[in-house]
Amino acid sequence: MKRRVVITGLGAVTPLGVGADALHGRWAAGEVGIVDGAGACSDFEPKDHLSVKEVRRLDRFSQLALVAAGEALEQAGWDGELPYDSLRVGCVVATGIGGIETVETQHDVMRDRGAERVSPLGIPQYMPNAAAAAVSMKYGLQGQMYGVVSACSSGGHAVGSALRMIQYDDADAVVVGGAEATLTAFGFACFNALQALSPTGISRPFDRRRDGFVMGEGAGFLVLEEAEAAQARGATILAEVAGYGSTADAHHLTAPDPSGTPAARAIELALRDAGLKPSDVAYVNAHGTSTELNDAAETAALKRAFGEEQAKRIPVSSTKSAIGHLLGAAGAVEAVATTLTLTTGVIAPTLGYEEPDPDLDLDYVPGEARPLRAANGGPPIALSNSFAFGGHNVSLVFKGVS
Amino acid sequence: MATVTNEQVYQRVVETLASFGPEADQITRESTFEELDIDSLDLVELAQVVEDEYGVVLKGEDMKQLSTVGDAVDMIVTRAE
Repeated sequence: MKRRVVITGLGAVTPLGVGADALHGRWAAGEVGIVDGAGACSDFEPKDHLSVKEVRRLDRFSQLALVAAGEALEQAGWDGELPYDSLRVGCVVATGIGGIETVETQHDVMRDRGAERVSPLGIPQYMPNAAAAAVSMKYGLQGQMYGVVSACSSGGHAVGSALRMIQYDDADAVVVGGAEATLTAFGFACFNALQALSPTGISRPFDRRRDGFVMGEGAGFLVLEEAEAAQARGATILAEVAGYGSTADAHHLTAPDPSGTPAARAIELALRDAGLKPSDVAYVNAHGTSTELNDAAETAALKRAFGEEQAKRIPVSSTKSAIGHLLGAAGAVEAVATTLTLTTGVIAPTLGYEEPDPDLDLDYVPGEARPLRAANGGPPIALSNSFAFGGHNVSLVFKGVS
Repeated sequence: MATVTNEQVYQRVVETLASFGPEADQITRESTFEELDIDSLDLVELAQVVEDEYGVVLKGEDMKQLSTVGDAVDMIVTRAE
């Protein structure tokens, strides 16, 4: 039997503020963190949370990671000392892009002042594994440690990898998260060139008027522990990471397979990994990007995985309606939001969803937050999806504490 | 180039190191880079500042010989003369 994996700490820095509770609480209250077409973490002042050295040595995506990881570790009660052998504590941190701000800054230095003036901190700041390295070093985590890169599903893959690491006895605990900070001139230029961003600057997933995603920045972290060890040390258990499934479309570089077949398979694999069936699912935290293609393909995938009638019975909402699309951090931030849905019993709505698309006919939780109702008398089960440019599909299953 | 005094170089080095993390009033000529938590990456950045300011090129092997702030200041002043 596989080892079970529980969540004992959550942390987030998002456009809704610094802190995991701000993310879910404000979203559920109907607040949107998007201003002028971008989900910036404008409340986040790095020097309020980090040392001079940390601020100077880390690109913004790693700064966001360190602060979110710190919150998660504090909640888990890992105050300064690890409750496990440090070599048995892993660290997996996702990003879609890495330190793009550093790349831009150092490229300017090279152009203006010459190649020999480029900072020796350039590479260690912009490498995509920099956030993982920073978290590992700060907290002395010496088990498997790496970055995960799969564009907008990176965060989902990170949580899945961390789950497997503990399930397969390669670690007793993993500090896992995702971080992204791409709200730079070059970041916007590139995504705009792809015509992926919403020209109206409004994130309204599944709505008939949806016209692209709104780029956001931030980080989300979870502390995962092997269930028996967490219980033995008296940790407060928030939820269980019960299942993980992942597939690839092999269809198109940026467009999802419209049939949703490989994405549905990821959902089925995650449920099978958790030993659950579609009728057990009480809530879906959708990838829901607010692009025409994603929201249609995700709807198709949910119907395919759950069956048409069952799919229509499950509330589906998108965190991106409140904070925009945090790219490589999205899956981790949404894992945090999904866990908080289970702990608070509150399903936050898909904000801005007002005009149904005739082709998209699931329950997208319009209007207001509503209570979460467990499906089959047991603990509530929630699913979180992440899909990505490149054709990645990830689905995670979370189980509440009964 | 104009002669630089040891004191001028010292002040510039302290200012630069302080921007890397340690408090300026923690730094003395006797401070070791180790106790200031200044590592090899910081020293490469310090060398870039020194080259810009004084035209003195400090290579990796030069930096390896340095253990205190005073060592670095003395080497820069000697090379600048």
